[in-house]
Order: sequence, then C-alpha cells, then structure tokens
Amino acid sequence: MVDNFDYIVLKGGRLFDPSQNLDRIGDIVLGQGKILWWGERGAIPRDITEKAPKVQIIDVTGLTLTPGFIDLHCHLREPGFEEKETIASGSRAAARGGFTTICCMPNTNPPLDSAAAVEYVYRRAAEATLIRVLPIGCITRGRKGEQLAEMAELYEAGVVGYSDDGNPVMNSSLMLHALEYSTSFGLPVVDHCEDLSLSAGGAMNEGAVANMLGLKGIPQAAEEVIVARDIVLARSVKARLHLAHVSTAGSLEIIKRARESGANITCEVTPHHLCLTEETVKGYNANAKVNPPLRTSEDVRALSEGLNAGIIDAIATDHAPHTLEDKLCEFDSAASGISGLETAFACLLSLSKGLSFQTIISALTSRPAEILRPRNGKSPLSARIPPHLGTLRIGAPADVIALDTEKSWKVDPAEFLSKGRNTPLAGMTLKGKVVATFAGGKIAYMDTGEKSKTK
Amino acid sequence: MRIEEATILPNSVWKHRSVLDLDDFTREEVELVFHTADAMGEVLGREIKKVPTLRGKTVATLFYEASTRTRVSFELAAKSLGADISNIAAATSSVTKGETLIDTARTLQSLGIDLIIMRHSQSGAPYLVQDNVEIRLINAGDGWHAHPTQALLDLYTVMKHKGTVNGLKIAIIGDILHSRVARSDILGLSLMGASVFLCGPATMIPLTWRHSEPSAGGQNAARFRTVQRVEEALDQADVIMLLRQQMERQQAGLLPSIREYIHLYQLTLERLCLARPDAMVMHPGPVNEGVEIASNLSHCASSVIEEQVSNGVAIRMALLYLLLAGGKKD
Amino acid sequence: MPEKVILTSDDMARALVRLAHEIVEHNRGHKDLVFVGLLTRGAPLAHRLAKTLAIHGAADIPVGTLDISLYRDDVSTASLQHQVRRTEIPVSVNEKNIVLVDDVLYTGRSIRAAMDAVIDLGRPRSIQLAVLVDRGHRELPIRADYVGKNVPTALTEEVIVRLMETDGKDEVVIVGKED
Repeated sequence: MVDNFDYIVLKGGRLFDPSQNLDRIGDIVLGQGKILWWGERGAIPRDITEKAPKVQIIDVTGLTLTPGFIDLHCHLREPGFEEKETIASGSRAAARGGFTTICCMPNTNPPLDSAAAVEYVYRRAAEATLIRVLPIGCITRGRKGEQLAEMAELYEAGVVGYSDDGNPVMNSSLMLHALEYSTSFGLPVVDHCEDLSLSAGGAMNEGAVANMLGLKGIPQAAEEVIVARDIVLARSVKARLHLAHVSTAGSLEIIKRARESGANITCEVTPHHLCLTEETVKGYNANAKVNPPLRTSEDVRALSEGLNAGIIDAIATDHAPHTLEDKLCEFDSAASGISGLETAFACLLSLSKGLSFQTIISALTSRPAEILRPRNGKSPLSARIPPHLGTLRIGAPADVIALDTEKSWKVDPAEFLSKGRNTPLAGMTLKGKVVATFAGGKIAYMDTGEKSKTK
Repeated sequence: MRIEEATILPNSVWKHRSVLDLDDFTREEVELVFHTADAMGEVLGREIKKVPTLRGKTVATLFYEASTRTRVSFELAAKSLGADISNIAAATSSVTKGETLIDTARTLQSLGIDLIIMRHSQSGAPYLVQDNVEIRLINAGDGWHAHPTQALLDLYTVMKHKGTVNGLKIAIIGDILHSRVARSDILGLSLMGASVFLCGPATMIPLTWRHSEPSAGGQNAARFRTVQRVEEALDQADVIMLLRQQMERQQAGLLPSIREYIHLYQLTLERLCLARPDAMVMHPGPVNEGVEIASNLSHCASSVIEEQVSNGVAIRMALLYLLLAGGKKD
Repeated sequence: MPEKVILTSDDMARALVRLAHEIVEHNRGHKDLVFVGLLTRGAPLAHRLAKTLAIHGAADIPVGTLDISLYRDDVSTASLQHQVRRTEIPVSVNEKNIVLVDDVLYTGRSIRAAMDAVIDLGRPRSIQLAVLVDRGHRELPIRADYVGKNVPTALTEEVIVRLMETDGKDEVVIVGKED
C-alpha cells in the first residue's frame, strides 16, 4: 500500500534532528522529493502548499520524526544469493527498519569488482523504487586478496568505498598498496579486521562460554592485530580508513589513541555488539553466530562509552540474511550473520546501556552522513548522493521517519520483510517501532498495524 | 539382618529423557546410575549375559565420528538388555548424499527407533537434534564438549576402588582444551566432591582455566585448579587420569614436538611414585603407548584401564535401563 | 485407613516353621535344595526358612536373593520405576530344586518373572514356590506349592506384610484401598 501524493504534511510530531540540535514539536512539509519546510505547529506558510496538486496530511502526534536512518554496512546478497535476500526485499526490510539510505557490501556473486556489477546494483535498486542503495566496491579482484580491483573503474561507477568485507586483506603489502592507491579517489577503504590465522576454525568469542560449550574460540586479538596493522598502514600513506563492525574494547583503545593523534580513521559498531554478549550463544543458538562474534559485557560497555565519546562514529547494522537451512545445522557449520535491519532501532532503544536517544539517532543519521559525504564535489558519487543526507534541514532530501518510542512489540521473524529470519532477538519484546518511512518524499513503509506474514 | 526397602523411584529422582551432558545431574542421580550399574554388572558376570528387560525396544547408534570401542560398548549394553540395535555409520549412509542431521534423526524416529546414541565431531550437534526432533538421545561424544557416559564410567571405576569420590585428589593430565572426556570428568568429579588438578601444555589448557579460576558452568560449576608442573599435579594424587594426545596437534603448532610432550608430561614410573601408593591410573583409550604413559606402565598394577572398559558396558546398560524401562510411554 | 491384622507375629512364626517342614517333606530331605527369595521381603523369609531348618538339623541350605526388575512384563507401562539391585545366588542352579520364596502371591506375574530369571541362570531340576500369603486373583496359571495362609481378598484391598528385618515388626495386615 504505497500511495504517492505529491506533498506530505506531517503534523504535530516531535522533530528531532541532531544535525541541527533540533528537538521540538512542530510540523514538517515534504514535497518534490525534498524537505520544504519545518516549524511551529499549525504555522505552515500557505505558499508552501498552494502549488501542490495533492496534499496528504498525516497526524503524527505522539511520534518522533527524525532523518531517515543511514546504514553504512549491509549485505543484500544480490547478485548470486537471491535465496537469502534480493535488493528489493532488502530495500523493503530497510524501509521497515527506518533506513532510507543503505550501503551494500560487495561479497555477492559475481562480486562488485567491476563497473557492470556496480551498475547492476544501481539498476536493481532503481527498479525497486524504494530507498537509496549505494554499493561498496571490492578492494581486491574477486575479493580473493591477491590483486587490486580496478578502483578507478569502480569509482567512476559510483561506489561509496572499497571493502573485501567478509574477509580482510591478509597480505600486508597488498593492503598497503590498496590504501595508497585509494588515496587518488578520496573514498574510504572499509576494513573487515580479522586475522584469519588467529580466527581459523573459531565459531564464537574465545572465553568462558566457548569453553563451556566446547567450541573453538575467536580471540579478541584476531580483530585487534588487524585494527592496529591497518591503522599503521593507513597513516603511513594518509589514506582514509573506515573500520567495520568494531567489537572489542581493545580495538577501541587502539582507535582512540590513533584518533587522538589525528589519524583519518572512522569506524562503526553494530546494534548487536552494543546490546548482546556471548551469553546469547548458550544452548548453541546458531542465530547468535556472527562475525565478529558477540563478545563480553566489558566489551559492550566499552563500545557504548566509545560511541558516547565520539570515538566510534556510526552505528551500522551489518545486516546479514541467511536461509533457514544455513542456520538450522551444527553450530560449527552454521553460517555467520544476523538479519538486523528491522530490529536495529528497537534493539538499541531497549537493550543498550548508557546510550542516549540523541547518541543513537545521530549515530544513525548525521554521523554516517558525514562519512558518506563526497569529499570532491565533482566525483561520480556526488552525482548519486544528494547533499544534506541525514538531516531535516530545509532543502535536504525528504528522507524522514516517524518513530513510536513507547510502543512495545514482539520480534516475530515470520513478519520480517527481509528473506532472512535469522535473529537472536526472535521472541523478545522490545520497545521502539518505526511507524512510517518516507524516502524522497514517498511512503516507503507504513506500519498499518496488521501483521503481515511474508514468505 | 537388615535389608533395604526396594526403592520405587519417584520421578523427582531421575528426571532425564536424554543424557547429553552432566550439567544438570544431581548426586542422587549419579548414585542411582551406580547402583543400577552394580545390578547390571551381575548380569554381565553370568554365563548368559542377557535379560529381557528392553525386549521390543530398538536403539540406533548414529556415529558421525568413527569409534569402534564406544560403539561396541553400547552395542553390547543394548543387546544384554534384549534390545534391538541398529548401527548407522554416517560415512556409508545417506548422510553423504547431503541429508542433514535433523533429517536423519527424524527418519530414525519415524522408523520407530526408541533412542539414538549419537557421536559427532561438532560440539552441540546432539542439542540441535534434541531441539528439533522428539526422540531420546544419549550423547556418545560431541566435538570437544561432552562425553557423559565416559565420565560416569570413570567415576564409577573410582567409586568401586575407593568407596567414594568425595575428597580425593584427582590429576587430569594432557590436552584438556580439546577433550570432551576432560570436560565431563571435571564436571562429574566436582559434583561428587573431588579435588581436581589440571595439568598440560599451556596451549592445551582453555584460556579461561589457565590461571585456575573456576569457570562459569551449569549448576555443577567446576571446581578445580590448574598447575604448571606435572609433578605438582601428581603429588599425593589418588587418581591419575591421562588424556590421549592426538598427533595432529603438533601440526597445528600447538606443540613443538611429541618428544617435548613426553619429556614434560608422560607418566613414568618415577612420576607415578609421586602419587599415593594405592593411586589408580586411568585413560579413556585408546592409549598411545610411549606417549601419555611409558610403554611398560599401561598394564601395571595401578592401571585400571581395562576395568574402565568393562565398567563402561555396565554403566551404559544402566543408562539404557533408566531411559527406556519404566516411565509412561510418551 | 483402618488396618486389620490377619497374621500376628506368632502366627507368622508358626506358619514359617510349618512351611519349612512341608518343603523338606515334599522334597524328601534337603539335598539339592536352594531357597531363592524375591527382593524385597521374600529374601528375609527365605533366610528364616533356611535358619529354621538349620535348627532342625538340615544345615547349610543355600539362600539366594533375586531381583526381578529386569524381567518384569510391565517395564514399559509402569508409571514408576523400580531401582534395580543385584541378584545374588551363591551356587549354580543346575540340577537343583529351587524354592522361590515370596511374601504375597497375587497376580502371579512376579513369579513368572522370577522363573524366567532362574532359567536364564541355568537348568534347575525343579522350581517350587513358597509364599507366606496367597490372596488370590491370579492372572497367569501359577500356583504356590507351599502356602502360609490363604487370604481371600477384594481387588480394592491391599495385603501388607511387615517383617522385623525391613519394617521393625512382624505382622500381616489387610487395608481397604481408597479408589
């Protein structure tokens, strides 16, 4: 049910926008794909709406309006793994989760290491006509970690960054060259930090729970040594480095010191690493199997503090949908990943500790927008990304979401719009729901209150 | 003379539908297994080692990891109780055609199998079956995680020799990290009140146990200490449990050489003399002669390794009886 | 529930002496006799019979105890489980006259199980049955060779045997069971 009026007026909501320090009750007008006006309740200037062919007025009293969420890191599985997710189903899931811009990782088949593959993603996203999908290109050809991918071609095709996510680039020399070469394009290298020789065979965080369950652990060092290595490499060639899914207190320490000394490092953390620990794996819960793994409560605490202090820039879901069969098997054999787009907001609101609403919203809107902002006004990417993402500024794209911060709901994966039903939050009652998502001024998602069971 | 009343067991004593681990066993349940194994031992001592108790029941062994001794032990146990037994070796079955573990278990259930005895190389595999299929299970070993029947027969062997487990000093020596036997033994010994000392190469002791802090566990949180030198573990020990050293570990970079393992940890006559004179030497088998234990020692007077094997059949008979005999048909 | 005593301690003592003599008379002596008491209360009764005969000159009749748990026919349907104990018979049963000893004979199923157990142990020359009380209501074609007292009962009643060795006193009572 997507009705498209030309203009939408959202009346009486709490307008909350960290980028403008905005927090007030008011009205907001969306039209022609942009935010046309916001201000005091009932005070919409007549000239704003009089040219509109049709105006839909939606009463959002009691709801909070924020900029649409931006996800720097998700897996849409298309091309190649359409049984797990497609760009269309992933977009629908993103919209349900309040995301109006998502960046998809290149571990598809074929991987996104060519202009043709990148253009394919843009085309499929356009066909879904739902939200903004931005592809990330590979660092190495085929993500094999042997030879550089053609970064220039990818740059021209409009990628937002480069990553071999799923894998690190194990060869230090190759990683150094990749960082050096990337400086020509001003795009960040998005780093999946994992030393494969240390993590080999591991299924969950190394620690007391792994020992109790008899599972081989992935030591924290496996992430921290690559975090350290790549910060050193990036600084030596002044490259832009963005660290994906930071999960340990130790990594945070290293990042903190690097930033204090001025390095051009940004990083992200997932909702599950801010809210869940290795205890969730007890009972061999394959839905809690994720890479990097869920860690300890000390790590959760450190990451939350790091986000509050600005050492961690953004929250990114690392949405990783899998089929039922991929997870319904022995723990060691099960696929890693959590389908997280639709639960991100509620998870953060209900289960995180010590994170203010302001921090959560800015980590999902203004701060990722800053990372995405093209550094070069003439780059091919700037043709794809409008200026002023992640904000409710007048003139910004009409990417707005309505949140009910008080509503409790039960996580039922059967209701997910994503094809991936794999979440350790299944059955939990969480607080905080996305009620409506407007992308480019059109309704991308509306919670009708009916339970939809999508296949 | 005084004879004990035949105890009718209210359901509150034996609560298990399956035996996957020792995490939730009470002392009373362990003692019940021992008493039952005593009776089973008498049957095994007869000329005709057979009773009709489980006639009409069918059990299946489903072994994804090859093992002759454990499988045969269960087979003898089942047959002694008159049950029918079907052996499924995963390598030859439809498993290799891609049938999942859950599908295989469901198939066995629809074929009328009453209980599956399962061994798998991945920790947690039996729990996957239990969560998805309504069938009784005995875990014959899952990955590094648990081997409850081995631990029970080990405890029983100690009990038969020493009269009690409570207060004994037990040394467990070897590759603890990769050993499901060690994990289950540690739980069982702690439950029954023993004082456990762990010793092995640092790369083969779980990280959280290296500095001898008790780990998080089920209701039977393990109580034990880790010591660096084998001499300290063996000093005045009542029981010495040796773990099998797998040769592949050296390849994985965990040990510089087997030679060094032997030098630091092998049970030699000299080291054996550090323990109490009546100390028991145990090993879950198969023994690497000349590695964990000096070649001449595995058959010495202190060794109870062969008894462990025969006690194994009695313990497994006891578990099959407790799981399949009595109780309403469900 | 009110209990009615049907055998006092003296009654029991007299019955056991009589049984002991009947057994020896019927077997023309005590050669090759083995008493096998069914656990729980058959066992002390078997010991008492042997001791009685020892006093009267027939010393050293072997006494064994038998646990029939492993031979029960209600193994799958019993809602409560019985703890299994060891069966201990000190001699071979081959070519012996086995006298099974139990406290109460009722449906006959326990005796059927006991016979199967004895036959699994060897080939006796004969199996005979001595019981303190026969309360009727057989479900199998089983009869006792030696009976202390015949006590007709209703199915709603229960016969409880108490022995010094297990219960601290000797008596047999009938109790009406609540339905």
